[in-house]
Amino acid sequence: MKRILTLLIAVLASLWVNAQDIPEPMSPPRLVNDFAGILRAEEQNALEQKLRSYHDSTSTQIYVVTVSDLRGYEPSDFAFRLGEKWGVGQKGKNNGIVILIKPRIGNERGRAFIATGYGMEEVIPDVVARQIVDKEMIPYFRENKYYKGIDAAINVIIDLAAGLYTAEQYSKGDSPLAGIIFLIIFFGIIFLSASRSNRMKGGSLGRNLPFWLLMSSMGSGRGSSFGHFSSGSGSFGGFGGGGGGSFGGGGAGGSW
Amino acid sequence: MNISKKWIVAGIVVLLIILLYTSIKGTYNNMVKKDEGVKAQWGNVETAYQRRLDLIPNLVSTVKGYANFEQQTLTQVIEARAKATSVNINPDKLDEQSLKQFQTAQGELSSALARLMVVVEQYPNLKANEQFLNLQAQLEGTENRIAVERRKFNELVQDYNSYIRSFPKNIWASIFGFEKKGYFEAEAGAEKAPKVDFGTN
Repeated sequence: MKRILTLLIAVLASLWVNAQDIPEPMSPPRLVNDFAGILRAEEQNALEQKLRSYHDSTSTQIYVVTVSDLRGYEPSDFAFRLGEKWGVGQKGKNNGIVILIKPRIGNERGRAFIATGYGMEEVIPDVVARQIVDKEMIPYFRENKYYKGIDAAINVIIDLAAGLYTAEQYSKGDSPLAGIIFLIIFFGIIFLSASRSNRMKGGSLGRNLPFWLLMSSMGSGRGSSFGHFSSGSGSFGGFGGGGGGSFGGGGAGGSW
Repeated sequence: MNISKKWIVAGIVVLLIILLYTSIKGTYNNMVKKDEGVKAQWGNVETAYQRRLDLIPNLVSTVKGYANFEQQTLTQVIEARAKATSVNINPDKLDEQSLKQFQTAQGELSSALARLMVVVEQYPNLKANEQFLNLQAQLEGTENRIAVERRKFNELVQDYNSYIRSFPKNIWASIFGFEKKGYFEAEAGAEKAPKVDFGTN
């Protein structure tokens, strides 16, 4: 009985401490939370804009969080708890990603971790998350180019999530060329079938061509990386913060 | 006079019964809800552990391929896996004892895996093998998932336990057979879990 009591108290105490430890999201809500202050204002804006327009078109939330202190947590644990507490991703879809960065300070190693919500584990398996950290982020981070590393990682994540290339292709170091070739073949088939069906109907190819192009680009448009370029207006609005997504321990990280 | 007195008494009794009924009903339904929540989370815990069990044959066969790799360590992992696989818990009976049993078996597997990872350090070729590196990342991922699901399980159990054990709900809980559930303890086995943080040095 006494042991149970101590255990209960311990669990309660740990819950209380945890609730204190993980920071609250910045207000107003934003996707780039630079607590460590490693990004310049214009860099923050550029990332915010990219992530915001990606969120607006797919509802997938990619949070970039930098902290100067992990408060005794492993980076993985910190990222999972933060994702859960902030509700990164949409409820039910759990399509949230937390990119956590603790910069190198003095002799303290830098740590980075990409945590994937339940719904993103298939798109970005742990092995791939690890490679993104190792190949895209850390080489830049070593030179203190935090913006470039984060930007490169986000580009890969967005392309992976869009299906421009698969996780295996990325792992093998294949360029997105394979994806582009696939798209060209895909377009080609649609072209052919379009012209065939037109001939059968006796209609002119030229008149319906733009329609088919539009259709095919809508169908595969999520796959094209052109989709997430946005015009350069600097105003953000209407972002309500985390959508209640949940994290189950997916993701990987590295240190430098 | 007499008749109206009787009616008042009857009215009070009916009122009491209604009050009692609604209070029991609410409490009972909440207990069922929390109980189901814990059970569902147990499913997630089991899935996370199962993921690790599924990973081991691959890991073993990859490591085995390396000439004169210490057989004893591998055998221990295989045996611990077999043991862990054999321990199954009825989700309707997640009491302290059965949870402990489960945890002991899985903890043995954790430490066998940890030993394996230490031995691997002596094989530079293996450490450079891409297939092995991928397995290592996956193993690290399963350990993370186990930790997260266990934490969530403990949180739900804590909520459930404190609900059924507080007065006066404990009376209804014992009448309807809601029993206290066990926690995962941060025991030695868990701490020894393969800490696969081979960061880029």
